[in-house]
Amino acid sequence: MYALVVEDLKKIYANGLVALKGINLKVVEGDFFALLGQNGAGKSTTIGILCSLVNKTSGRVHVFNYDLDDDLEAAKSCIGVVPQEFNFNPFEKIFQIMINQAGYYGIPRKVALKRAEYYLKKLGLWEKRNQPALRLSGGMKRRLMIARALINEPKLLILDEPTAGVDIELRHNLWEFLTELNQQGTTIILTTHYLEEAEQLCKNVAIIDHGEIIENANMKSLINRLHIQTLILDLNEPLDAALELPQYPYRLLDKTTLEVELRKTQSLNSLFDELSKQHIYISGMRNKTNRLEELFVRLITENKEKS
Amino acid sequence: MNKNFIALQTILVKEITRFTRIWSQTLLPPAITMTLYFIIFGKLIGSQIKDINGYTYMQYIVPGLTMMSIMTSAYANTSSSFFGAKFSKSIEEMLVSSMPSYVILIGYMIGGALRGILVGFIVILISLFFTHLHFAHFGIVISMAVLSSMLFSLGGLTNAIFAKKFDDISFIPTFILTPLTYLGGVFYSISQLPPFWQKISIFNPILNIVDTFKYGMLGTTDVSIYFGFSLTCALFMVMFFWCLILLRRGTGLRS
Repeated sequence: MYALVVEDLKKIYANGLVALKGINLKVVEGDFFALLGQNGAGKSTTIGILCSLVNKTSGRVHVFNYDLDDDLEAAKSCIGVVPQEFNFNPFEKIFQIMINQAGYYGIPRKVALKRAEYYLKKLGLWEKRNQPALRLSGGMKRRLMIARALINEPKLLILDEPTAGVDIELRHNLWEFLTELNQQGTTIILTTHYLEEAEQLCKNVAIIDHGEIIENANMKSLINRLHIQTLILDLNEPLDAALELPQYPYRLLDKTTLEVELRKTQSLNSLFDELSKQHIYISGMRNKTNRLEELFVRLITENKEKS
Repeated sequence: MNKNFIALQTILVKEITRFTRIWSQTLLPPAITMTLYFIIFGKLIGSQIKDINGYTYMQYIVPGLTMMSIMTSAYANTSSSFFGAKFSKSIEEMLVSSMPSYVILIGYMIGGALRGILVGFIVILISLFFTHLHFAHFGIVISMAVLSSMLFSLGGLTNAIFAKKFDDISFIPTFILTPLTYLGGVFYSISQLPPFWQKISIFNPILNIVDTFKYGMLGTTDVSIYFGFSLTCALFMVMFFWCLILLRRGTGLRS
């Protein structure tokens, strides 16, 4: 079953801006799906339409087989959304925000109280439950938005840059939490600018650029399409003489750091063999950029050149 | 319990909690303003004015001032609460939920109406310190109070839906509602006006609402109560369905 089916979705804003040019998207139930794109590519518009905060111009959207036009309430009852911007009343107490959100979904108070306690504890906000939201730190506010989105126990959770401005430790905690949630059966759609986050968490990915889906594939197969990767090598000793690496385009960043391009057909062993022959030994190695990031930039550039 | 009923209850509890928590901004100011009206217009100036339709001036202005408080409070409640939610984006909490638009509409409408009726009740209580009252037609008093509070509550909601900044929610009350209310027979009987202005005044919907309410309290009116009642009902229906269409379309809420 598909958690989400988007067909020929178009959005033209009142000022004439064409945000979506007829996108098609399918997300299977249980997927952890990344929707990637540059700023203004159409990610937030797509998410806005899915959770009915933006009116679509044309096209159809089905959430767990419920048509957004014909069964809006049923479709929305399946969705939990964490928007990019904080959208709670900052003067309201955290626990009350949770209870009110449950109420809007028609969840009985008894159940709402239990769920609010569970998710606030799970996201480390229980101790702060009687504080107004404005007193929370940025990271806590993000967690509150996630807890609130889960109050109706949605089958589809949509997260629009949930880790923006969040410190590394909290980001990793959130990754763990989201993975656990996905393993329990919740379908997750994630937009993020942290591509290592998408690469680590998501099974499938769509890349949107200028209102069009330019890539929609399985994460692993997409990464495998990367023909060239750029490696940064830390050398054991400073390099004095010139290097001879005719098959590997390289550049010396400083005397002990080498940047080398490696094609998919070339192996690391042969590169190391070449270096060893010249008595150059490696103490450390890393990718210059995240693999998905490299691919993302390439796809966006290609699309720009095409258009 | 029905899901939509729980959602409605949530909005109502939230709205009632809001206007009772900030009582010094919502309930106290109209009480003070009306007390001043009773002292200045009712006692000091009113004592020098002869009876109108058999009632002292103080008795005559009580229904108008009560209705004026109901209308302005109901309007202010929904316009400020709904626009506040729009401004802080917390309105999105409702928009993303599975709650239908009509529940949001009814929730805000009843919330505003409750504040209007509560303020009206407070004004009537205060008036008892200055004069004695009797209700000629209690049913008309109650039905007009409920109908007009809901009508103006919907008016406030419409204003908030279209408003883009805080100034926009004070424009209509200041430049349209207040003049129409002051010219709506709150402080005088239109029979005291020249014939031309009497005819003009009849077109003021607030005069019809105030005078129908006045008939309920005093048993005297300058307009047809059937017309006043029908007009209030008709305006209520128009506003209700217009607000519903606006909410469903997402006017002022969705891009």
